[in-house]
Amino acid sequence: MAELSAGSVSVNSIQNSYMEQVRRKRLYSFIALIIFAALMVSGFNTAAARNGGSFWGGIDNFFDYPADVVGEAAEKFAELPAHFVTYFPALVETVNIAAVSTLIGALFAIILSLLSTRGLAKFPKLVGVFRRAMDIMRAVPEIVIALILIFILGGGPVPAMIAIAIHTAGALGKLYSEVNENADLKPVDGLSSVGATWSQKMLLAVVPQVAPNWLSYALLRFEINIRASAILGFVGAGGLGYELKNAISWGQGRYDEAGAMFILLFLTIVLFDQISSYYRDRLVHGAGEGGH
Amino acid sequence: MAALDTNPVTNTAALQADASRLFRKKRLFSFAVPALILVYLTYIFFAFDIMGLVQKANGDNARSLIADTYSHKVHITRDNRNGAVTAAIEGEKKGRYPEGTAPDWVELGETTVIDLGDGHIITYGPETITYDVPGYGLIKATPSRSRGVVQEYPTDEIPEWINASKNRMAITTEAGRLTVTRNRSEVFRYFTGWELFFFTLSSPYHGMGFGELVSRAFNGEAAAIMNDFWNNPMWLHGQVAWAIGETILMAFLGTMGAAIVALPLAFLAAKNFAPLMAVRFATRRFFYFLRGVDALIWTIILSRAFGLGPLTGALAILITDTGSFGKMFSEALENVDKKQIEGIRSTGAKPIQRYRFGVIPQITPVLLSQILYYLESNTRSATIIGAITGGGIGLMLTQAIITQKDWEEVTYYIVLVVLMVMMMDTISGWLRGKLIGSSEDKH
Repeated sequence: MAELSAGSVSVNSIQNSYMEQVRRKRLYSFIALIIFAALMVSGFNTAAARNGGSFWGGIDNFFDYPADVVGEAAEKFAELPAHFVTYFPALVETVNIAAVSTLIGALFAIILSLLSTRGLAKFPKLVGVFRRAMDIMRAVPEIVIALILIFILGGGPVPAMIAIAIHTAGALGKLYSEVNENADLKPVDGLSSVGATWSQKMLLAVVPQVAPNWLSYALLRFEINIRASAILGFVGAGGLGYELKNAISWGQGRYDEAGAMFILLFLTIVLFDQISSYYRDRLVHGAGEGGH
Repeated sequence: MAALDTNPVTNTAALQADASRLFRKKRLFSFAVPALILVYLTYIFFAFDIMGLVQKANGDNARSLIADTYSHKVHITRDNRNGAVTAAIEGEKKGRYPEGTAPDWVELGETTVIDLGDGHIITYGPETITYDVPGYGLIKATPSRSRGVVQEYPTDEIPEWINASKNRMAITTEAGRLTVTRNRSEVFRYFTGWELFFFTLSSPYHGMGFGELVSRAFNGEAAAIMNDFWNNPMWLHGQVAWAIGETILMAFLGTMGAAIVALPLAFLAAKNFAPLMAVRFATRRFFYFLRGVDALIWTIILSRAFGLGPLTGALAILITDTGSFGKMFSEALENVDKKQIEGIRSTGAKPIQRYRFGVIPQITPVLLSQILYYLESNTRSATIIGAITGGGIGLMLTQAIITQKDWEEVTYYIVLVVLMVMMMDTISGWLRGKLIGSSEDKH
């Protein structure tokens, strides 16, 4: 009897403490939600107060500009193909900037990632140094490096290329070193036992294991870099972005050209998005099975 | 035929042929890929005109940029028309020494004596400006309205560190730089460090030691000290802090707003929640469109509608990321486990409750980690978008770079931007750990 009552007491206390916990958790979640909502509302109002135009005023004419662009483009529909031809070289430049910077960035990322993966690093003591270096490369926004290089090198595609390549090296380096960490070390040990040098070990034992994943990340990055290269063009680094800036800051009359460029950029992004997701799928799931 | 195939000899031969074909293919591949890359880079070399760029590159700009990042210069300027001498840090109005005062290495008087150190002495006389260069001799220059700058050198041949013409003389030594034109004589002396970072010359606290500042702060001057620092007219610490806050605000509003908008829409795009194919298809196309149009175009469109400012930047991030989040959230929703939902249903829960207790807890970790990852990455985007829409640190940074003058300020902003991004990275990593449990060992 005594035992039983003791049992029920402990069940009660367990239940009470559980309910207490649930209540506390709910309270915390509620407080967190309130804080979050307050942050959102006050943040929104602050941003709106510091903005040039008001939010509600803007909502009304949100579609004005797209409508103007579409209207003028439709009016001068016959000229659109000519605009496409005119701006195609600029588009090629934008894509080239993205492609070269992805390529160079990925090459540096490979070296950096191998140097900063524990177990593979050539200088194990410097792993932390290389990781910090990649962190900083990732943290500096591309626009900063691009603008400084424009000052030194003059406008053109190269500043944008270098800026994106640096960022790519940092971003891919981190992902690559995560991939490297999952690589099987047995081939590396095997090659060590026959006296291979560090670069031979990396090239013959690690790269074949991780190359598909590396490629897949590089393709994803290429997609991101096309967008980045268009934006950097806008601040003076050549390519389609630069032409776009000229067209829209021309006052009123060049909406049709802006429209043509919008279409070109949209189609390019969609095209490379499709290509890269197709190949990424094949790389990750194997060629035989096709897409899923 | 079947018997032939099982014959071990032919089988080995076939296998060997297979293997060598594979080897050939691999060998070709391993040469072809680097060769292709090389060909492409060669094409780029000409397409981007790298040779022309090397010639065009401005070494002086690079040098002045690098020098400015860690040093500053003090200008001692003499107006050659009336003989007035002023001293100003970086030649700026905000850094000007009050009338009749100068740094201690300058002796003002009828003849102003400027000591650049290491025996380099420059004098601004009533008529003639002299520069005594150790190991070379005394250079004299007399600016005059009618005859330009009359120059006298101790040697017949003018050394290469002097740039002399009829109306202008420029001497650059390791101690500093002197330029004389008809209207103006100017001496630059370089010092290591950022000038007037804490207080400008107009503040009474300029040049005080740290100890004295602390003791004055305890005597009730803390607010005044803080005010002078915060409103430092040269470095604008207050405005810079605001700008950083604005950039973070853009990233925060954009990311969170996108998540709030994308979550309900994601249900419409997920196979297991939207039975109607047409709705699913339309929602997915919509997400794809938002992503495909890209932040740049959204920024342009929005800045036409909303004007320049942080709200426009936040909305640009919001719209683009609604597309990305919508796609990711709907994929996460398609991967939820049905059993939990059925378990909730068996207790008689209504649909809303089923979503709340059956679905949301399953996708929360995925959602949160993606949102936090985007928050960090959007801090960087907000810097760039800010440069276009005119808000936040991105705008200050581009303005400082475009004026091409105060590279120490550019350096300061860059350091702050890097610190800001790293801080957001740390915070989002910490939050992810707190909210989801350590995800580090999951990959």
